[in-house]
Amino acid sequence: MLSLLSVERIKLFSTKSPYWCLAVILVATCGLSLAVSLVDDGRDATVFTSQAGGAMGLMTFMVMAALTVTTEYRFGTIRNSFLAVPQRALVLVSKTVLMAFIGAVIGGLAALASFFLAKTLAKEPPTPLELNSAADYRVVLGYSALYAIGAVLAIGVGALVRQSAGAITALLLWPLLVETLLMLISSLQKVIPYLPFNAAFNFVSPGGSGGMFGRTAFLPGGPSANQGLVIFLVTAVVIWLVALVTVYRRDA
Amino acid sequence: MIEASGLTKTYGRTTAVSDLSFTVRSGMVTGFLGPNGSGKSTTMRMMLGLDNPDRGRALIDGQRYIDLKHPLRKVGSLLDANWVHPNRTAAAHLRWMARANGISRRRVGEVLETVGLTAVAGKSAGKFSLGMKQRLGIASALLGDPEVLLFDEPVNGLDPEGIHWIRTFMKGLAAQGRTVLVSSHLLSEMALTADHLVVIGRGRLIADASTKEFIARSTESSVRVRSPQLGRLTEALGELSVPGLRWGPDTGTEGEALSVVGLNADKIGDLAADKRITLHELSPQTGSLEEAFIQLTSQAVEYNAREPMPMSQPGDTRWGPGNPPSGPGPLPAPGPLPAAGQGAPTQQVPQGQPAQQFPHGQPAQQFPQGQPAQQGGWAGGPPAQPYGAPPPGDSSTDPTTQER
Repeated sequence: MLSLLSVERIKLFSTKSPYWCLAVILVATCGLSLAVSLVDDGRDATVFTSQAGGAMGLMTFMVMAALTVTTEYRFGTIRNSFLAVPQRALVLVSKTVLMAFIGAVIGGLAALASFFLAKTLAKEPPTPLELNSAADYRVVLGYSALYAIGAVLAIGVGALVRQSAGAITALLLWPLLVETLLMLISSLQKVIPYLPFNAAFNFVSPGGSGGMFGRTAFLPGGPSANQGLVIFLVTAVVIWLVALVTVYRRDA
Repeated sequence: MIEASGLTKTYGRTTAVSDLSFTVRSGMVTGFLGPNGSGKSTTMRMMLGLDNPDRGRALIDGQRYIDLKHPLRKVGSLLDANWVHPNRTAAAHLRWMARANGISRRRVGEVLETVGLTAVAGKSAGKFSLGMKQRLGIASALLGDPEVLLFDEPVNGLDPEGIHWIRTFMKGLAAQGRTVLVSSHLLSEMALTADHLVVIGRGRLIADASTKEFIARSTESSVRVRSPQLGRLTEALGELSVPGLRWGPDTGTEGEALSVVGLNADKIGDLAADKRITLHELSPQTGSLEEAFIQLTSQAVEYNAREPMPMSQPGDTRWGPGNPPSGPGPLPAPGPLPAAGQGAPTQQVPQGQPAQQFPHGQPAQQFPQGQPAQQGGWAGGPPAQPYGAPPPGDSSTDPTTQER
């Protein structure tokens, strides 16, 4: 298993795009976070605003994770992967474990960097930017968990769809468009906060509610921070398992 | 050794491979021959566990591919040279494959050296020419020093030098006692490379024979005879007892003509003179290897550019006498060609015995019919030999160079 992890590591880092993706994640997350936190010289900056770029980073990372699968299909190297390791589950598992690990690292790194940059640059925040409570740590380091789960979800979607464009579209439209548009249907309002990405972002909001971009803040009910994380995790794992079964049943 | 037994694969309504059984033995190059779309690649993918067969299975030394511990150390394969990430270097491509099967990093350098890519090991595979990619694919097949090697159309798109290199290389691998299965749609190419041939068409087994036998059998020459008294001529032929003598209607020309195998033109002329039969034409027809192959697989080609050659049906009364098979004189009437796609039983070669797929006078034999049709009739004189198909046994001629 360890050798299979290093196989995936060699594959990942022997092309250029992951370096760019990781750099973009760091820069974009910090940049966006600062842009929001430093409004009015940072007079409204909080620990929460210091993570304003988190969603952007997560999306970028999910695209990167999905690409690790779809490019293999695109260039046919997935056949070589299955020839070298005919137990397809092992291929998918090692890819997922590696990407979840990288996600946890880069997600945490981007969040911490955003926080400390905001802390350094924000003048006169309403309260000093410090990580005091468990909730503060959750708001910042919670991104590690979201990124890791995002990797599971993205690799699942990538293996199901097999095409880069399709997988990326699914992964971006789902949180950004579908979950937003469903809010227009009033009969669904009870369900909206439980949708995977709204639930996930409850985990990184101070009060444990509000969903992605705070869009469910005006809706009653919804999962707690931890429940939200579980909903996101279960969604990702279910999709990943469906993908695994599909990968076995399909001809490579 | 590779054993395929009853391999079957259907895509929707199309049957890609149908009940295919054959054995690939070690120590020789086995050619896997068939027209485009006949199911060669599908069969190879099933052998390697990439495609799931609907029925049947393929065993490599008694094991399924997916059950092999470190498959690359047992089986090396090159199915498609383009299966590389264009932005990954050749060395990195081999390195991850080596790592996956516990193969040392040093081996990567060795195989790159073997295929002559050391100088470009650090170059992105996307910048490689097809020939270089082909070499990289071969390097990856050799990575685990495997006993069994599968190559799918390895010479496709290569220049003559590359073709020569691969051909020599594969023979060398077989000489080391390895099992080598090479697919191709070019009989002329296989004639130079393979010791044994497994021929398929439309996913069915057409022949499983040694290359020598297959070629000898495929390039049988015939004599076309036109005469207003064909009936009397066939009677006369029927009275002869010459081994291997067969005949059938020649469908290539307008009017009635007879195609005779096993008796040369002189003898037929003498016979006709003897019986006072008028002959209008007596012309020897030499079948080329390519023609014979087209002939053999024409019913089995999936994407026909034109109508297939008419094939005689088992009950065709136009065929010469010979039923029952034990009669004197002519040999048994030709049975259906296995290629006819009607599930005619194809003989399986018992293991360890030389293949006897096309012995003379077997009931399941049919001599190439309609060959002359491709030559444009008798008016054109003796048929021009298309493509440099070598005469049987003459492997010194390189058809591939003549093609170019």
